[in-house]
Amino acid sequence: MRPSTSPFRELVRKRDFYAGGLMVLLGLFIALKGTTYRLGTLMHMGPGFLPTALGVLLSLLGIVIVGGALVPSEEADFNPAKERILPENPQWWAWFCILMSPVLFIVFGSEFGMIPGTFSCVFIAALGDKKATWKGTFILASVVTVFGVVLFSYFLQVPMPILTWRGGL
Amino acid sequence: MIDSAVHDLLYGFSVALEPHNLMWCFVGVLVGNMVGVLPGMGPLATISILLPLTFGMKAVPAILMLAGILYGGQYGGAICSILLNLPCHPPHAVTCLDGFPMTKKGRGGVALGVTVLASFVGASWGITEMIFLSPLLVKAALQFGPAEVCSLMLLGLLAGSTLARGSPIKGVCMTVLGLFLGSIGTDLETGSERYTFGMTELDDGVELIALALGLFGIAEFMSSVNQVAPINTAYTNVRLRDMRPSLADLKRAFFPMWRGTLCGSLCSLIPGTGPTIASFVAYAAEKKVSKTPELFGTGLLEGVVCPEAATHSSIQGDFIPTMSLGIPGDAVMALLLGALMIQGIVPGPQLISQHADIFWGLVASFWIGNIILVVLNVPLIGIWVKMLAIPYKFLYPSAMFFVCIGVYAANNDFFQVGEVVVLGMLGYILLRLDFHPAPVVLGFVLGPRFEENFRRAMLIARGNIGVFVERPISAFFIALCVILLGTQLYVRLRGTKKRKTPADEIGGVTGGGTPQLAPQRVPATPAE
Repeated sequence: MRPSTSPFRELVRKRDFYAGGLMVLLGLFIALKGTTYRLGTLMHMGPGFLPTALGVLLSLLGIVIVGGALVPSEEADFNPAKERILPENPQWWAWFCILMSPVLFIVFGSEFGMIPGTFSCVFIAALGDKKATWKGTFILASVVTVFGVVLFSYFLQVPMPILTWRGGL
Repeated sequence: MIDSAVHDLLYGFSVALEPHNLMWCFVGVLVGNMVGVLPGMGPLATISILLPLTFGMKAVPAILMLAGILYGGQYGGAICSILLNLPCHPPHAVTCLDGFPMTKKGRGGVALGVTVLASFVGASWGITEMIFLSPLLVKAALQFGPAEVCSLMLLGLLAGSTLARGSPIKGVCMTVLGLFLGSIGTDLETGSERYTFGMTELDDGVELIALALGLFGIAEFMSSVNQVAPINTAYTNVRLRDMRPSLADLKRAFFPMWRGTLCGSLCSLIPGTGPTIASFVAYAAEKKVSKTPELFGTGLLEGVVCPEAATHSSIQGDFIPTMSLGIPGDAVMALLLGALMIQGIVPGPQLISQHADIFWGLVASFWIGNIILVVLNVPLIGIWVKMLAIPYKFLYPSAMFFVCIGVYAANNDFFQVGEVVVLGMLGYILLRLDFHPAPVVLGFVLGPRFEENFRRAMLIARGNIGVFVERPISAFFIALCVILLGTQLYVRLRGTKKRKTPADEIGGVTGGGTPQLAPQRVPATPAE
């Protein structure tokens, strides 16, 4: 059973199409932004020279990767699971929790100090696990907070107030 | 030569045996050993998470500890492979093939015991190599002008990106991306700001710690969360007396051990071929040499000893170009070099003479650390194995805290904690698109120096780009680059035409690694 074989259909189901595409976009962005800095000459290179060159190179490499995806694969070799960009069971909630963890650390850490920052950072990260319970999460966050504050504030002397109110107390 | 080497080495021991340094070396190998056992925490993640702890230290204890984490982790990775069949540390993936069958036969203890021995022999050889080769390399490298340094860096970057895991072209992409990330911030020569978009926090560039923790910390947690299979600990009851190999075992292991060591040290001489390639090549070679190649994979002692010796001799060998030329072969070495740069030490051929205490102290600490590991490993295996019971759901939130506070402590700046979020997201997208982000760090660390030398070379040559092939030493490095790319291209073209030649088989295992070997789903570490 072979679906439509139009080159484009073939292309968009390949992971490398997106991989190469991302590199082309990144490269173009780098190169275009790079040309706004002074390029200079080969002898006296300006600040924009190397980044622009890198951007161009990156887009060219991206094109080669996309080109590799253009080669039609044998139907028997085609493995949809391998070409899938998202994993089999996407963990949107867990990903969100993990990425929010440093964000909360920034917000609570800068406004209220190390204890709230640490607690919120560990708490939200732990919620990402699908078997997490409120109680277990709370205990874990408390333990890490105590341990972390002792280690980093007392022993390593990280200059971050332990507890504060909006930057001043 | 021997005289001066002995003299320098004794000096190194006097540095490494200072109580303060000895303590941090001990802490490093202990932590490395412990974390090495945990699946999903490769040396890259561990070193980047613990890097901030070294900010308050002097340069010598800092580098001793970080290096200790690296080779201590390798001893731990072997435990993981042999007892649990988890190839979570790429260099040890091949050890699973014969190590786990041995465990199933009840000879796991012996496998571990002999592995410890083989690792020590491999490491000792690598250290000896470092003692004698590094000064020679330095002598040669001091003659290099900017053009030669540039070509050499190019060779290092290409080798590091194409010989590592995954597709070579994607590896090169990651290196280019790393070079670009390294160029963000104030341009050293003209003082103009690049790619900062008006954010003054970016003037000093992207923070190395934020980059490493984003790519190897957060991205890794995102791909492992809720995906880690429960670990089969059925075979982990190893008693101390099980681990003592019999005389017959030792006799059998003797030659494979040396062959593996040799293999590893040869691999480490080729830039970019880290311990992973060394161990796979050693295994394949041992199979070729063996009179009973068909028995490999059923629990043959040779199949465990040889790759482990190769891994360790190659890891020590990797320090040679890193410390003597300032050109790291892989991401771990780049990170260690970055740690030195954070301490204000300029890497390069002048490092050995200007900071003799760092270099010779490091060499001596390798030996001390390896001896500590041999002694520690035996009684501690039981405890480490119990640590495997710590569920991932406790592990990664705690690690997230270390990520946040570590990045903050680098400059006491919350902005860089924000960088980690962006880089972590980018890292995960790249992972899903089949890019291995390790070469990014390589490019990032070398980037500014590459640009500086490139500019200088062009200035001296009056803008003549041909200077790289006109100067003989530089031309030699460029020729090596061409050969490297040519072979890659050749292998690739031949690989698409006919499948399953022996070379491809090895390449396939090195490339994709884990799936063929592992029945369980384990988090893939991008660590080499």
